[in-house]
Amino acid sequence: MAKITYHTHDNKTHTIDVQKGLTVMEGAIQNDIPGIDADCGGGMACATCHVYVKEEWLDKLPAKEDGEEDMLDMAFEPKNNSRLSCQLIVSDELDGLEVNIPSKQG
Amino acid sequence: MNKTDVLIIGAGPTGLFCAHQLGIIGLSCEIVDNLDKAGGQCIELYPDKPIYDIPAVPECTGEELTNNLLKQIKPFNVKFHLNERVEELKKNQNRWHVKTSGGVEFDVSAIVIAGGVGSFEPRKFPVKECEKFEGKSLFYSIKDKSIFKDKTISIFGGGDSALDWAIELSNTSKVNLIHRRDGFSGVEASVQKVKDLNDQGKLNLFTKYQMDSVSGDKQIETVKIKHDEGEIKEIKSDYVLGFFGLIMQLGPILDWGLNINKKTVEVNTENFETNVNGIFAIGDICSYPGKLKLILSGFHEGALAARGCFKYAKPDEKLRFEFTTTSKAAQERLGIKK
Repeated sequence: MAKITYHTHDNKTHTIDVQKGLTVMEGAIQNDIPGIDADCGGGMACATCHVYVKEEWLDKLPAKEDGEEDMLDMAFEPKNNSRLSCQLIVSDELDGLEVNIPSKQG
Repeated sequence: MNKTDVLIIGAGPTGLFCAHQLGIIGLSCEIVDNLDKAGGQCIELYPDKPIYDIPAVPECTGEELTNNLLKQIKPFNVKFHLNERVEELKKNQNRWHVKTSGGVEFDVSAIVIAGGVGSFEPRKFPVKECEKFEGKSLFYSIKDKSIFKDKTISIFGGGDSALDWAIELSNTSKVNLIHRRDGFSGVEASVQKVKDLNDQGKLNLFTKYQMDSVSGDKQIETVKIKHDEGEIKEIKSDYVLGFFGLIMQLGPILDWGLNINKKTVEVNTENFETNVNGIFAIGDICSYPGKLKLILSGFHEGALAARGCFKYAKPDEKLRFEFTTTSKAAQERLGIKK
């Protein structure tokens, strides 16, 4: 398990123990955290699991694979700290990760 | 008025295979889809990406899968109504009357919703004032390019649509292309072409900029764009175009009195009927305990829903279970000559 903190747009904070191996997106969906739609189910094909990663975590995350940046072009209000949460696989290294969920996904 | 046994909403793989299953048991159907072609997510989201989990098909692309399904339903001459979104639903005695966005009307015995995660709609600008200009001087798709002649157009996006339109419109209009980063997702040749046009002064390329605001009275007059570092530029613009791909929206189905849970429609697993008699839901849009969002699950759901439709379409007949390998009736429907 790793602790992942989701800050939702309604100014609520949800800290969840997410099983290692799941994605940050799956952690949100399984725990009914609002604001992540994940329409394509994790296929990096829709950009509706878009999150903003807390700055200090940006360098600690695995680099973006080909295609993630392309999909982020489609996301709602992308920023420099934008990631697709379906591409962030939870591991010990991600224990304590904090992400902000945007006001909407599209 | 199109009179048929079953209306299928959604021409993705699940809807297409359901049409096959309806055809096999001797029911007619027509298919409505909001996209301009069949294939659903397979065609819109990943036409070139490989799929590895279709039974007995070790590998195929979304496009190949779609083409094979279309080939498989060819004997049934299924009528497609593309670029149409279902809007209204009315019960008329034992029949359903459905009307689409383009005014096409259907009179059917049963409805199968195979709508995926909803109908594809263009993704819009996050900036609120854009709504005011939408359809007048701000567009997410182009129907008549002649209106842009000799005007100043600001195009946002970094994919093929944005690049292609920037290149094409630069012949007859003053084009600004604005994209949030230096990299583009469009094909390399187009990216190079845009860069060349920028160097030649035939197009203005702004990278690492996003829309900050739009202003104007009835028509857009200026657009403000903001750099990653915070700098804001104001550019004159007669028209604004945004190409950010498509997003899926459930739309009017939400108002049909169906039990909806987390953007999906609840069904039973016996025949995938919803809480409303005669309306079935299959594929990604349906939910039930153990639901897997796999294409193969959609095929299974479609086969059972098709049989569920039978009692509404032919209430006085009994459906007998048959195999296509041996059933004369099924083979006749498939147009097989022996």
